[in-house]
Amino acid sequence: MYLTKEEERIYDGEAGESLRKAMEILVALGDINEAPHLIPIKSAHVSGASYKTIGDAYEFVESLDARVKVQTTLNPIGMDKERWRELGVSKEFALKQMKVLKAYEKLGVLPECTCTPYLIGYAPERGEHISWAESSAVIYVNSVLGARTNLEGAPSALAAALVGKTPLYGLHLDEERAPSILFDVECELSDAAEYGALGYLVGKIADDNIPFFKLKTMPNADDLKALSAALGATGSVGMFHAVKGEKGITPEALSYEKPSEVVEIEKKDIKEFFDASIPEDAVLAFGCPHCSTQELRELCRLLRSVKSKHEVFVFVARRLAERENAAIKELKRLGVRVVCDTCMVVSPAFERFSCIATNSAKAFRYVPSMCGAKALLVKTSNISRCFEI
Amino acid sequence: MRIKGRAISKGIASGEALVTDERISFLGGVDPKSGVVIDKEHPIFGECVRGKVLVFPGGKGSTVGSYVLYLMKKYGTAPKAMVNVRSDVIVAVGAIIAEIPLVDSLEKDPLKIRIGQTVLVNGTEGYIELS
Repeated sequence: MYLTKEEERIYDGEAGESLRKAMEILVALGDINEAPHLIPIKSAHVSGASYKTIGDAYEFVESLDARVKVQTTLNPIGMDKERWRELGVSKEFALKQMKVLKAYEKLGVLPECTCTPYLIGYAPERGEHISWAESSAVIYVNSVLGARTNLEGAPSALAAALVGKTPLYGLHLDEERAPSILFDVECELSDAAEYGALGYLVGKIADDNIPFFKLKTMPNADDLKALSAALGATGSVGMFHAVKGEKGITPEALSYEKPSEVVEIEKKDIKEFFDASIPEDAVLAFGCPHCSTQELRELCRLLRSVKSKHEVFVFVARRLAERENAAIKELKRLGVRVVCDTCMVVSPAFERFSCIATNSAKAFRYVPSMCGAKALLVKTSNISRCFEI
Repeated sequence: MRIKGRAISKGIASGEALVTDERISFLGGVDPKSGVVIDKEHPIFGECVRGKVLVFPGGKGSTVGSYVLYLMKKYGTAPKAMVNVRSDVIVAVGAIIAEIPLVDSLEKDPLKIRIGQTVLVNGTEGYIELS
């Protein structure tokens, strides 16, 4: 990969050991993927924030002595910063977690602790080159907003943030964003959980092929968020395209030829995700990825008229919770446990439950291995059935 | 005998080769505390990579695998050096942050190296030497 004189100086260590290492990572990525050169990025989003997932490898982050060159946000950590004790998080974990957080803050990373930075003022623009980790966010901003990022891992997104650049390859290029399998969805979908089920199925089939969805129904932003998250949980693809009939849903859907390989998705493929009944000891969890304003309001509306027999958790970015103060107050009054900065997958607090019912197909995929609990997928619109009136 | 390749992660080290023709997922596939391969489906299941020159096609699985290599270095269970047929992003980034020399794209097939053979890996200039 070609480097400018300035980039070469960084590579040779003239700007310090931390930047040398960051540049070494970017050069290796560029060489492996045959990138011609680096390009500047507008923002970065880094994962590897929960002590539960990064473990003592956070010492790598701690060892760095540099500042991020672009606006950089952070993924959820392993606990609510303010209310970790109430969640039952141990003091040992909390102390380690605060060290991880401090290590990122020292680099200038914004401690938003959310997987949905695009909902709280950090949405990239169409065509903007960025370097994001967290597959649910990567797929959403590539597909729905038309931004351009590869599916970065935690260290590569951090390296790009420190240098302010990323190698030019993959989803940064028009030709690499072309769809290669058409998924003809023959049934109507009416709930974010159903779009999640679709993403879960298609992720498994598509692997690293970009899917092109032909839908019968028009998804809203929350449906697309659920679809993105599920696709990232079972597949290794960084974006999708979607149309309804001949009309584009995602901004680049009509820019490419429709793929000739077609896979049909039928109602029964989606329906079988929702067959199980919810056991008495299940807790309900919403907000994977973190809830939007519309989702918070919808939950208020659904829960207002019923009395819960299950414990209900809602996960949301702290900044959004502050902005939606009225909805949060009402949810709390209804007995819902509103949790910020973390979620059921990356916090150790949820390992004590035996069954977690959720409207998120991504959480449905990860809860068994990450929490050791049984997971059930439920439609948001059906949650009132989980309650006694 | 010197074989030219591509430098991925800087540094020079030599040791006994541990060779496998299957990709390795470091997250869930190798125990960072012991360096033992714990993936039961893997041909080198039960072998310890600690102090070896690990020769394998490349990585697979979660990007968290990069941090597993870092932890292994910290715990003293990492391979001394690595050789790939073609490095992937997970192993390449892991090798760089853990400071483990790594070379790939060699002029001769590295999977033909015998287990136990002494291999020197020069990740700064991009070659290996077999004795």
